[in-house]
Amino acid sequence: MSNGADDPTRLHARDMAAGLRSGEFSARELVDAHLALAQRQNRALNAWASFDDERARAAADVADARVAETRAAGELEELPPLLGIPVALKDLVVTRGRPSTAGSRILAGFVGTYDAFIAERLDAAGAIVLGKTNMDEFAMGSSTEHSAWGPTSNPWDLGRVPGGSSGGSASAVAAFHVPLAIGTDTGGSIRQPAALTGTVGLKPTYGRVSRYGIVAFASSLDQIGPFGRDVRDAAALLQVIAGRDPQDSTSAPEPVPDYLGELADEDEAAAAHLRGLRLGLPREYFVKGMEPGVEAAVRAAVRDLEAAGAEIVDVSLPHTDYGLATYYIIAPAEASANLARYDGVRYGLSIREGDVLADYLATRGRGFGAEVKRRIMLGTYALSAGYYDAYYVKAQKVRTLIKGDFDAAFEQVDALVAPTSPTVAFPFGARLQDPVAMYLSDACTLPVNVAGLPGISVPCGLSEGLPVGLQFIGRAWDETGLFRVARAYEAITAAAEWRALEPADLGRLDDPSTPPAAERLTRSIAPT
Amino acid sequence: MATLSRRDVEHVAHLARLGLTDDELARLEGQLNHILEQYLVLADLDTDAIAPTAQTIAVENILREDRPGTSLSVEEALSGAAERTGDHFVVPAILAESDEPESPA
Repeated sequence: MSNGADDPTRLHARDMAAGLRSGEFSARELVDAHLALAQRQNRALNAWASFDDERARAAADVADARVAETRAAGELEELPPLLGIPVALKDLVVTRGRPSTAGSRILAGFVGTYDAFIAERLDAAGAIVLGKTNMDEFAMGSSTEHSAWGPTSNPWDLGRVPGGSSGGSASAVAAFHVPLAIGTDTGGSIRQPAALTGTVGLKPTYGRVSRYGIVAFASSLDQIGPFGRDVRDAAALLQVIAGRDPQDSTSAPEPVPDYLGELADEDEAAAAHLRGLRLGLPREYFVKGMEPGVEAAVRAAVRDLEAAGAEIVDVSLPHTDYGLATYYIIAPAEASANLARYDGVRYGLSIREGDVLADYLATRGRGFGAEVKRRIMLGTYALSAGYYDAYYVKAQKVRTLIKGDFDAAFEQVDALVAPTSPTVAFPFGARLQDPVAMYLSDACTLPVNVAGLPGISVPCGLSEGLPVGLQFIGRAWDETGLFRVARAYEAITAAAEWRALEPADLGRLDDPSTPPAAERLTRSIAPT
Repeated sequence: MATLSRRDVEHVAHLARLGLTDDELARLEGQLNHILEQYLVLADLDTDAIAPTAQTIAVENILREDRPGTSLSVEEALSGAAERTGDHFVVPAILAESDEPESPA
């Protein structure tokens, strides 16, 4: 395969930044190279919902002017790290004058009237948004098959899902369409697709990143986070978006550390962090239905961590098995309230049937897809008179127990290490007819959201030729600790054979005979 | 915990303002009951003495300065409307038309 010398899209973001500073290429060339690749391959991959070429190129020219000025002044080190670096936004980040559909027919044609807080931050940092990425409708799903605009493929195997709901962002990063992307994670929607595409994805602590301007799913669980092709790149992106925003009262007034300053560039120094580090291995996370190849890769990673000096402590999170039910009461309940706003009056799809009630029924009945309707139904039921205590309050009480499990574990250990997903990427259609099977994709990630904690997924090898994710879970606000342990794991496996592999189906993305992703899904669920 | 009948599913759909086809209602009846079965596991836990958690990260007294700022212009606010008249969103009449003069609000 081509390398960074002749193809800048293969570089890490920090090496792109170095190339811009050294004059090896311009921001305009960087943006043009990424846009050309993404637009050429999107027919087969369907990772993107929309492109923003014109603004991206204009922003690149501004970045180049800034580089030239600072170079003339001899102040190149003053440039912000993400200046001129291409990024993708999940299609639920609202930006002024640009479409955001959240993967839903009900938001077809919706154009933002303001910028999300994180979009403002990225602009201010000089990062260049190339467009928005495909996702499960309203972030509800674990495969990106629930997008009104068709599924996204996994670059490792185009017949398989990239995970979800942030599957477009994950696939775009894995396929080198962008070095960095924004996702959101309500029950695993960053970490699970990161695991399934061999990328790095972090779900920060609840309250770490402002959600102003993000289409809401479940307000006590949603959090925004970064995707990158390695830990340092992901940390650089979190650095830009983290912090208190008066426009989101749930964004916390916690100081934001200098993440990159805490991460060693040298592998040896990075690995030294493991010496004496106490890592808890929660026995309940090796769940029923976990693929043997996934378990083997995760256990091998744990042995590597131990060999490098970490102390592995067997821990129990006894309420893990209740996480799924708890999550699938709380999240749909909050979603049913958040999605009540789609009324066909102020924006979005509007179907007029003659009277107000008929308009609502038609607009919402035809505007929302099957999974969203299922969740609205579940949530409405769980909140309805007579069932509120039995379901919603009960789930909130169990939430206390789940959070208590983590609190107890963190008295013994510095972080937890676990699988991210019980399986590798599954074929299109495999779980579409069985919602509960789909929900089990997130068994190892959703308790982390229920407890509000940060979690990161990093690649830890392959099973049957497909990426496996290793998850680290930390104390509230300890993203630094997660980045350090994840970076240490990268360092001790830097020479592993699987690290050198690129996604197996990248070549097919450029083959004009490769069918579009939607066609592969249709074929997989057609009766045989 | 309860099982949902077809009538229950229709009732919940109405509460949620979702117009569903007969096929959708039939499919949802099966799927929702299957999902509700998964919820039964929670009944194993004695939670009488446990306080509910609505929000995991304790932050208190988050207030902003009471300072007037700009908000969306009328044009921006109406830019996504399906139908407008002047500076207003248009929706179907909720009350039947009558010859009675409107009472002053």
